Amino acid sequence: MSLILPLLAAVPLLGAIAAVLAPRAGKGIGLGVAIVLLAALAVLVGGLNTPVVLPLGGWEPPLGIALRVDGLAAAFLGLAAVVMTGVLIAAPYRGAGREAAAFWPLALLLWGALNAIFLSRDLFNLYVGLELLTLAAVALAALSGSAGALAAAIRYMVFALMGSLLFLLGVALTYAAHGALDLAALPGRNPQPTDALAAGLMTAGLLVKTALFPFHAWLAPAHSGAPAPASAMLSALVPKASFYILLRLWFEALPDLGRPGFLWLMGALGTAAILYGGVMALRQARLKLVIAYSTVAQIGYLFLVFPLAGGGGAAQPWAAGAWTGVVFHALAHGLAKAAMFLCAGLWLAAAGNDRIEALRGAARATPMAVFAFALAAISLMGLPPSGGFTAKYLMVTSAFAAGAPYWALGPLLGGLLAAAYLYRPIAAAFAPVEPELRPVPRGQQAVPLALALGAIVLGLASAPPFDLLQIGRPEAAARGVE
Amino acid sequence: MNVTVLGLCGALLVGIGVFAFLWQRHLLRRVLAFNVIGSGIFLYLGAAGARGGAADPVPHALIITGIVVALSASALAVALVLAHLHASSATRLPEDEP
Repeated sequence: MSLILPLLAAVPLLGAIAAVLAPRAGKGIGLGVAIVLLAALAVLVGGLNTPVVLPLGGWEPPLGIALRVDGLAAAFLGLAAVVMTGVLIAAPYRGAGREAAAFWPLALLLWGALNAIFLSRDLFNLYVGLELLTLAAVALAALSGSAGALAAAIRYMVFALMGSLLFLLGVALTYAAHGALDLAALPGRNPQPTDALAAGLMTAGLLVKTALFPFHAWLAPAHSGAPAPASAMLSALVPKASFYILLRLWFEALPDLGRPGFLWLMGALGTAAILYGGVMALRQARLKLVIAYSTVAQIGYLFLVFPLAGGGGAAQPWAAGAWTGVVFHALAHGLAKAAMFLCAGLWLAAAGNDRIEALRGAARATPMAVFAFALAAISLMGLPPSGGFTAKYLMVTSAFAAGAPYWALGPLLGGLLAAAYLYRPIAAAFAPVEPELRPVPRGQQAVPLALALGAIVLGLASAPPFDLLQIGRPEAAARGVE
Repeated sequence: MNVTVLGLCGALLVGIGVFAFLWQRHLLRRVLAFNVIGSGIFLYLGAAGARGGAADPVPHALIITGIVVALSASALAVALVLAHLHASSATRLPEDEP
């Protein structure tokens, strides 16, 4: 079964090359890759009882590089597969035009880079994966070629390159100090004075790439300026990859470096991101900007994992619940956000612009898309029975169990803010007027609906993914990072 | 001794690069600054691999991979800067225009 692991990264990359060579067959190649990967993941997840490890070429770490799938990796691989399949089905690019010829290879490259990150256990490998991911994401943000999109893509690239270099510098310092890059080898290392600096540099780089407040400036223009299928990938998946590395870094490789001040800072920045993103989303007149600022807010929730699961080990019976809850949040947000951006894309094509007023009456013209948007909104607000609710329930419960109710403030206020900013497009869609939208085929509305239903199912049937996440769960998720 | 000089040169290059990356507004200069930082990090990695007498092959592999990655990133960055120049006749981001 371990032979499936390299396929998960190699098949999308080979598909990307094939799509460059045969631009007209892009959609067919993309869907073929999706079928292969979904089947491979079904086999892998179905038989996953303990983490699967594959030392590449038979060389064991530290000499060689190992790929590994545990519950966390499987969950993110699954999220990427579901979102990418939806996006590839929904993407309207046909023929050999400039945008179509660029979209399919870039989307598959992005998928390959994501899977490579989720499988990697080696810091330098993770760096290469991050860089591949950034290059594909920046190019997708620039896809439309308009001056605004190009400026947004360049701004994104400036931030992302700085983030990569900070991460690489941290990797170089780690290698210089320990001669090892394998995540499993680092907890048992001989502590060096440069460790804190290296961890700080890597963390700072990843924070920039994850767009945590106050490093969020690039996110909204880049995500709202990209074509909708690209936005769906950029918003639902790309920030999750750098957050995934942060989780691996702090909960598996360097849990001994955690300090209360660091954990507190991460939690405070996360809470600030939730509030700032929510307020900014309320003030936008364009739907895609509302959704993009909502991403800024939703990324904030992820960082509550540090104070909730990371701090004060023994006093926190719910620490592991917080860790699982944050991963649930990442999954639910990925599905819901992809659905929202795909809906926004449909309405943009149907109305000619993405102003919220243009949506008036959309519930009659595009009932399935409005239903999908509303379901996704339920998950983002954290209302039951959705994946977002399960996530928030776990986070808020563990905040109270840890005797730190102030960490519940972000999720609770964030839910109210989400209700407020998502009410505006939904209210416009249900306005009792004749819609001025061109008709949208039902087949196109079905994809976002399926993704949004996924976010709801994650809450209704939360036991299987919950159990999956416990496979190979890092000890520090229950014990705390200190 | 030589190794220390190499490491310090690497640190110096990183410092110069970071300063230029944050200070310069012209996009091409920022791309160059990115490359200067990258070179500094590679030099530092090389110095780290040369410590303790016997050469360590791992940093070599890392540096070669890193150079390939930096080259692709620079190529994409320059292509974007050129496209931006053609689209809006500007060599800076809109918020950095004087």
